[in-house]
Amino acid sequence: MSRQMFSYILHKDGVVDDTALEMVTAAKKLDPESSNTAIVMGAGEGLDSVCREAACFYSEVWKIDNEALFYPNAEMVRMLLGRIIPRGAIVLMPHEHFGMDLGPGLSIKLDSAYLADVVDLEGMEGAFLNVVRQEYNGQVNTRVACDISAGVVITLRPGSFEADEPEAALGLVVDESSEALEGVTPEVRRRFLGVVEAEIGDVDITKADVLVSVGRGIENKDNLSIIFDLAKAMGGEVSCSRPIVDSNWLEKSRQVGTSGQTVKPKVYMWRWGLVDRFNTWEVLRGIPS
Amino acid sequence: MEILVCVKRVPDTWENEIEINRDGADIKREDMVYSVNEWDNYAVEEAIRIRERVGGSVTVVSVGDKESEEVLRREMAMGANKGILARDEAFKGCDGRGIAAILKAVVEKGSYDLVLTGVQSDSGAAQVSGMLAAMLDWPFASIVNQIEVMGERTLKVGREIAGGNQEMNEITLPCVLSIQTGINEPRYVGIRRIRKMAEVEIPEYGASDLGLSAESVGESSVRVKVKDYFVPMLGEGAEMLKGSQEDVVEKLIELLKSKGGIKS
Repeated sequence: MSRQMFSYILHKDGVVDDTALEMVTAAKKLDPESSNTAIVMGAGEGLDSVCREAACFYSEVWKIDNEALFYPNAEMVRMLLGRIIPRGAIVLMPHEHFGMDLGPGLSIKLDSAYLADVVDLEGMEGAFLNVVRQEYNGQVNTRVACDISAGVVITLRPGSFEADEPEAALGLVVDESSEALEGVTPEVRRRFLGVVEAEIGDVDITKADVLVSVGRGIENKDNLSIIFDLAKAMGGEVSCSRPIVDSNWLEKSRQVGTSGQTVKPKVYMWRWGLVDRFNTWEVLRGIPS
Repeated sequence: MEILVCVKRVPDTWENEIEINRDGADIKREDMVYSVNEWDNYAVEEAIRIRERVGGSVTVVSVGDKESEEVLRREMAMGANKGILARDEAFKGCDGRGIAAILKAVVEKGSYDLVLTGVQSDSGAAQVSGMLAAMLDWPFASIVNQIEVMGERTLKVGREIAGGNQEMNEITLPCVLSIQTGINEPRYVGIRRIRKMAEVEIPEYGASDLGLSAESVGESSVRVKVKDYFVPMLGEGAEMLKGSQEDVVEKLIELLKSKGGIKS
């Protein structure tokens, strides 16, 4: 196959996100022969250390450094990627709040296919890439075939591709800032204003050893006392899924999942039921079996 | 403000346990309860609230079969002014990109300031809204959990990001936003109101009404296709406890204690 692959690297406070290594694993599974270039966008002092860290496990790192990228604005990032990524390439990124903002539109700008929230890669069959996704709130898995002859943007579910011990790659950091930004007026149609931090609740579920998690199956607010009694008996805390917070039955700080907290308890108890499976696997990523 | 909300009729994952048919080609659809995609319902409620604050109208659109009219009527009973059904044999088997192309044509046929969708639907891809925005070359924000109208051409929107935090942005109109559940509390829709909508005519747009060639949206344009469905295999390290409820509870407590999960 041998086509160019790119991985969009998330980073925060000068540190590369765990998903950067997961994308190395995924890229190898996709095609061990293809080159895989890390793209690091940002601004300021921490950016070089992010690039150096990424170069430890990517053979090439493209750095795009500009003040306007201090906080990643998907509108801006999408436009810049559209300028530097060659047509027909495979582009990987994590399926989280930034990837969801960036990916679908990027596939249109690159005129490539789009595969969202992929949990496994099964390999090529002619021009088609076979992948595994989940549908219906994670109730069923589905095998999807995607014609990638014109390239593809793939968002990978965080935690689905186990990060290998990084091989010392001693990758090359290339400054692509001028290629990406020359003649560009920074995007003004969407402007980042700031982040409102979540209120800290009376419990910190990220520190609990035992969590009893409640979802929609509890049916009504009065039934929550059963879960609190159980958690107390087990010496743990109560956590919950998004619908419980949406209904204002419990505070946001108890919510687990992509938009809530990632927790690492020793015991996580929940009803393996009709719903919430997606969230549950998402929550439990990184917990040693 | 003229607002278009894209809605989809989906199997209700709260009412149904999704099972796979014998050859794995599809889920079992007999006796399935369908409803409006949950995220879309929040989007319609949000659109109605914006209209209540600043005026304008709310149109709901669905790409689907005749049965999709039922969700359009439900959302009109909720308060949407108008419904549009995009229906054509040529639309069958579309992938996300095809749906976005149909919706783009619907948007261009009207004169909208704001397009809302749910964050995601039954396929869980969260793709159509971002594709639609890129096709229209309108700004986009996903996972929106707060909207404030700031002026004639500007909205302030909050996006739900990791850790329960909220990312605030200013975005210019026209734009596309994908709406997260919990942004509001959708109003109750009584059966009498839905019945009242039963006779309201819902205009239908086919491929030729929208200026779309069958090749640009139909099966031949599809790049992403479901091959089959399957249930995840039981992974290694899982142990099923068998026996009476009392036995299982006892074994479970024993296991949790022996592995240091709970203290005695």
